[in-house]
Amino acid sequence: MFEFAVSLFSDYTSRTILLGAASLGVVSGVVGSYAVLRKRSLLGDVMSHAALPGIVVAFIIVGAKEQFPIFVGAAVSAILAALVIALVTRSSRIKTDSAMGIALSVFFGLGLVALTWAQRMPDANQAGLDRFLFGQAEALVEKDVLAIAATGLLALLVVAFFWKEFKLFCFDPDFGGTMGFSAKLLDALITAVMVSAIVMGLQTVGVVLMSSMLIAPAVAARQWTQSMASMVFLAAAAATVSAVCGVAASAGFDNVPTGPAVVVCASVLALVSILFSPEGVFTRKLKNARSRREIRMDYVLVSLRDLALEHGDPGYAHSEKLLELGSRRGFDVKRSLRELAASGYVERAGEDNWRLTSKGVSAAEKSRGIPGGERR
Amino acid sequence: MSPHQVDIQVIAVLVAASCALPGVFLVLRRMSMMADAVSHSILLGIILAFFLVADLSSPLLIVGAAASGVLAVSLIEAVNRSKLVKKDAAIGLVFPFLFSVAVILLSRYVRDVHIDVHSVLLGELAFAPFDRLVVSGTDMGPRSAYVMGFILMVNLLFISLFYKELKVSTFDENFASSSGFRPRLVHYALMTVVSVTCVGAFDAVGSVLVIALIVVPPCCAWLLADGLFRMMLLSVFFGVSAAVSGFWVASRLDVNIAGSMAAACGVLFCAVFLFSPDRGLFGMMRKRRMRKMDFSEASVLVSLYNLERRGRQRAGHPDSRGMFGSSDFASKVVGLLAEKGEVAISGETLILTEKGRNRALASLAEK
Repeated sequence: MFEFAVSLFSDYTSRTILLGAASLGVVSGVVGSYAVLRKRSLLGDVMSHAALPGIVVAFIIVGAKEQFPIFVGAAVSAILAALVIALVTRSSRIKTDSAMGIALSVFFGLGLVALTWAQRMPDANQAGLDRFLFGQAEALVEKDVLAIAATGLLALLVVAFFWKEFKLFCFDPDFGGTMGFSAKLLDALITAVMVSAIVMGLQTVGVVLMSSMLIAPAVAARQWTQSMASMVFLAAAAATVSAVCGVAASAGFDNVPTGPAVVVCASVLALVSILFSPEGVFTRKLKNARSRREIRMDYVLVSLRDLALEHGDPGYAHSEKLLELGSRRGFDVKRSLRELAASGYVERAGEDNWRLTSKGVSAAEKSRGIPGGERR
Repeated sequence: MSPHQVDIQVIAVLVAASCALPGVFLVLRRMSMMADAVSHSILLGIILAFFLVADLSSPLLIVGAAASGVLAVSLIEAVNRSKLVKKDAAIGLVFPFLFSVAVILLSRYVRDVHIDVHSVLLGELAFAPFDRLVVSGTDMGPRSAYVMGFILMVNLLFISLFYKELKVSTFDENFASSSGFRPRLVHYALMTVVSVTCVGAFDAVGSVLVIALIVVPPCCAWLLADGLFRMMLLSVFFGVSAAVSGFWVASRLDVNIAGSMAAACGVLFCAVFLFSPDRGLFGMMRKRRMRKMDFSEASVLVSLYNLERRGRQRAGHPDSRGMFGSSDFASKVVGLLAEKGEVAISGETLILTEKGRNRALASLAEK
């Protein structure tokens, strides 16, 4: 494994590819944060699918594997799809989700028509177009990586320059409007940055799965922080890690397409974050279970004390049955007694009878009462 | 038409009709992108079931695929319910993951001529007729026509049996649950039906373009009709026309049939979006213009009427024409009113006719 990693970094070709993947990761993490925060995640999905016809048309016109026209073609048709969505939702009763479904499927269909048409052309480089579907990082050469890095740098500069405006626009666009920022302009800028990230990912991840490269790292990052800056930073880190891992996996194993490998890495990061972050599903379950147990034990402790005080002696013993009788349904009194005994709060006094220890008495004094039980 | 072409069209029509029916409910419930999620996720079920039985024509594949479609839906809802991830991000997180796992499994472990990464995206409608259903030596036609026919029947049966439930829970979920209709159950039943439909259509048109057949025809229908039943009829009509015309364009240009069907859906939608009489772009522009003219005419008449009342005379205000300014629009409105005989012009004075006065009174009464 280690040797494999070393060979990846020492070999010139694979270093180039990894560099490309890493710069893609940084940009898609940053851009994806905005997409997710603005609830525009699926727009990325639509735009990346919609890039296909642009790619193919550019390919048909230019013919060769020139990358710049293909980038332009992809960007133009992605933006066109975004405009179609805006037009359809603004001027008809069709809602955003349907408009997105329409744009995605129709553009992709047109792309497939053009693709099959282009592939019939004499000396059409089949592999040249196919790799845009699921991505093929192995095909990246130095020139591609430079183009990716340049596009990415430009996108990052825009984000850095408009940092405050974008942040405001993500969380409170109305307030931003009253401050005199043009929502239209900012929307266009964010969309443009998103398009550039999508265009960058075409060769590495492919049009079909590029959206996930935007969404999953941002979702993962969101679970760990409440601050915009650290979210963007974490998302970039998560995306870079998954891009590099995915590319390495695709290079290391036979027949593993790059795009899906990258997406699996990013999704696993996101799922782990959703489960195990401080506010995560699993962590929350754990916390709930702990506080339920505390409440339950507290209830037994306090009822034992109250019963005992009726006899004027805090150490007076009572039977388990009596405690169960006064408890709420679902409160496992037996278990609580065992747990309390284990930590030295109560002790057994004969068959099925329990009494508070002195430690238990002082703990019951401090207790704030019993949220879960009925007191007599 | 060769028998091969007839077979393809029969299959295409069945696919389009079965997609268009549940699509109506997805569009109305604003869940169109769920079709995206389901149609991608079923691939995992297909692959896993294929590992189990090693037979692409086994009905178990359909069961597995439909199950993974429903699994995707419930995963998305579980992620969304955790309140940690917004709905759109939940969709965009879950289905690419399931799809990616499926694509990796597919390209790494499955060596079968009938299924590869390509057919997943492109569909293979052109080859569907070669897979024949042979019953005791007699050729009964293409197998997928029977599969799709069956799925269409299931969809029809589901919709007609639960029409009321679907309708109520689509338009008013709160009312539905308070009247005991169990909208959650209806939701999952619908998603199951969508999954089964996607599985059938997946063979023919691939995973991305299923979305075109599910989402676009109902949207066309929604721009033309209001009633649910009429919308379903129109939706099937649009789906079927897109399928047939898409097929013919594809065979003329020798391109991918599924892509061409999706493009045909797009063309139909464009036409409806632009030219639908009530809700089309042009229709709405015309309506807006008419409303504007109507309002302007009424305003002129009402202000003339007010002048007339204040002056308690019928001769009109000496410079009433200048009152509305000298813009092109104002003179156009006044010209139109004169043409209709609601206003008489003498020099710079506008005088209400009896007809004009009636209209002014009527539009005042409207308020």
